[in-house]
Amino acid sequence: MRTTYAIGAITIAGFAAGVASAATLDDVKSAGELKCGVSTGLAGFSSPDADGKWQGFDVEFCRAVAAAVLGDPDKVKFVPTTGKTRFTALASGEVDVLARNTTWTFSRDTDLGFEFVGVNYYDGQGFMVPASLGVTSAKELSGATVCIQTGTTTELNLADYFRANGMEYEPVPIETNAEAQQKYLSEACDAYTTDRSGLAATRATFETPSDHVLLPEIISKEPLGPLVRHGDNEWGDIVRWTLNALISAEELGVTKANAEEMAASSENPEIRRLLGVEGDLGAMIGLDPKWALWAIQANGNYGELFNKNIGPDSPIGLDRGLNALWTDGGILYSPPFR
Amino acid sequence: MTVSATARPEHGFRLSQLIYDTRYRSTTIQVVAMFAFMLAVGWVVNNAIQNLEALGKSFSFSFLFSTSGYDVNQRLLEYSSQSTHGRAAILGILNTLVLALVGCITATILGVLAGVARLSKNWIVARLMTVYVEGFRNVPVLLWIIVITAMVNESMPSPRDYRGVETGAFVFTNRGFYFPEALFSHGLGDLDLGLFKVSLDLMAIIAVLAAGIYAAKRIGRAADVKQAETGVRPRVFWYRVAAIFLPTIALLLFLGFHIGYPELAGFNFKGGTFLRDSFIGLWLALSLYTGAFIAENVRAGIQAVSKGQTEAAYALGLRPSRTMKLVILPQAMRVIVPPLISQYLNLTKNTSLAIAVGYMDATGTLGGITLNQTGREMETLLLLMGFYLIISLSISFVMNVYNERMKLRER
Repeated sequence: MRTTYAIGAITIAGFAAGVASAATLDDVKSAGELKCGVSTGLAGFSSPDADGKWQGFDVEFCRAVAAAVLGDPDKVKFVPTTGKTRFTALASGEVDVLARNTTWTFSRDTDLGFEFVGVNYYDGQGFMVPASLGVTSAKELSGATVCIQTGTTTELNLADYFRANGMEYEPVPIETNAEAQQKYLSEACDAYTTDRSGLAATRATFETPSDHVLLPEIISKEPLGPLVRHGDNEWGDIVRWTLNALISAEELGVTKANAEEMAASSENPEIRRLLGVEGDLGAMIGLDPKWALWAIQANGNYGELFNKNIGPDSPIGLDRGLNALWTDGGILYSPPFR
Repeated sequence: MTVSATARPEHGFRLSQLIYDTRYRSTTIQVVAMFAFMLAVGWVVNNAIQNLEALGKSFSFSFLFSTSGYDVNQRLLEYSSQSTHGRAAILGILNTLVLALVGCITATILGVLAGVARLSKNWIVARLMTVYVEGFRNVPVLLWIIVITAMVNESMPSPRDYRGVETGAFVFTNRGFYFPEALFSHGLGDLDLGLFKVSLDLMAIIAVLAAGIYAAKRIGRAADVKQAETGVRPRVFWYRVAAIFLPTIALLLFLGFHIGYPELAGFNFKGGTFLRDSFIGLWLALSLYTGAFIAENVRAGIQAVSKGQTEAAYALGLRPSRTMKLVILPQAMRVIVPPLISQYLNLTKNTSLAIAVGYMDATGTLGGITLNQTGREMETLLLLMGFYLIISLSISFVMNVYNERMKLRER
């Protein structure tokens, strides 16, 4: 008889384990912290600073989500993931959201069972070579040895690009950006290929960045964005609209510094809805009315995050380019807050 | 006399006998244990299926037949990014096997030499071997792999540095080492077996060589017979040498054998046999690391042989080197072989660290890129575990057969 009870209990536990993954918001609230998957170290996007505090564009997005959900941008546990481990970490529930230069592709969205909540950086794949090599175009790279991070879309694009152009190459597969850097600098590979933002970030950490050039070819579209597990739409909405809130804030002129004041004095109805003084947008996604205000106050709006971490004023020095607001000639566009 | 038989209850079998009757009890316990085990397995499988379903994932191996889309640098089979994931897996498995094979061979040689040398009367040699053994045994193998590969990467010149330099037959670069290769100007081509191709040249050479060795053996045996009959051994040494080498040389000439040298073309050297930096790093690190463990096994084996054996051999006038080779080592093998099996297994399993330096073994292709590109963790890892299980069991089996033959025969 006792065996029967045990089997019953085990079966129930099995079912419970099956459905437990549904309500991520409750999990995050009860844990009191957001588990955010980031890359193991890419300057400007996510890397620990001298004090061991995580810094960067992706990191600050995590902080904004934590601020929106928990009201405190510091309640984040950063989980470093490699290109190889990131999806398993997300699927298994080790992280609640993955903000890690991950390209939005069809198969990842559908077959892998994830949900991309938007694009926080429109990127494309490029090549970096030492200036001394004298190569000016990717078309001249036939026969070259190319360092590539495994398990990425860049790996597939690279194979396609060289095949389409009838060129040969020798791939050197590596796990992390740091390894790629070591291999590339010791000339164990002629070229390093990844997203151009990643190349720029990596080059910025070199002793003499000017000895290395980015080739002009952009061989792919790489819309990078945060993603969550498929199937928990409420949680997906929260992360999606946090990203949209940061973008809208820039468009509406709400910054980290003036957010409080705008909430109190602004007459613009969209700003008032965004900052929770009018309407009940917060309640619709199960959060405090001030969720967007907190998210913006964490580190600023999208433009502030960009400029501080990867923009022209930072060591990475990326142009806004496509990532400018739609009002400034870019393609960054948030659906309206109403 | 048959007290117990008559005392046995007359009525038939009762259910409680399954527990209280010693005749049935052990069977009952085993049956219950078996059921419990099967339930546990069933629960684990069911749980996995439910969780996969909850994540919206199906369980299927069909991805093995779809286009992989990625390239692999070390190819023992023909492969391109248009090949399937399954073929990439086979490619990785072959790369694993090559590494395990050469690693086991060099580790054994190193281990035996170091194990014997550690017991040497020469103080310096013995201490040096102690440093080697302790140094490698006590540092994780992953660190050795990374350090040795980094040494190749950082200390050797890049191919670019050879521009305008006379290179010669052997070239050492930070991307790997190039050696001359055997080429045939009118070779026989390849035999296509569907899954892979076999070089007919190589097959022909092996066949002729084997035939030559067989012929040489026959000549030797004929000489033995003659010696037994007449007491005089005919001089057949040169005939035997000729039997092995002449046909092979003739075949090589017929095939137009020549040596190909590596040449700098574009970014890299072309031609020649190429040993990749990651392969060299892994090979050296795994051999040195496992060699240190084997050295300890060898030392233990030698010390297990009674001192009297050495003394007896010396008393017969055998020199120390011959004593070691003919008297001590054969007896020590009985102690050495069983732990040697697990060292071979360790080395084979440690090849899975290859991705740390970018060597595309089975963990790199099937358990790495394929896993990532298809997102099928469960399926790829099950396949990978099955592969390592089969390899390990095969090594175990072969070595155990060898061990049976080496064992002390008791009469």
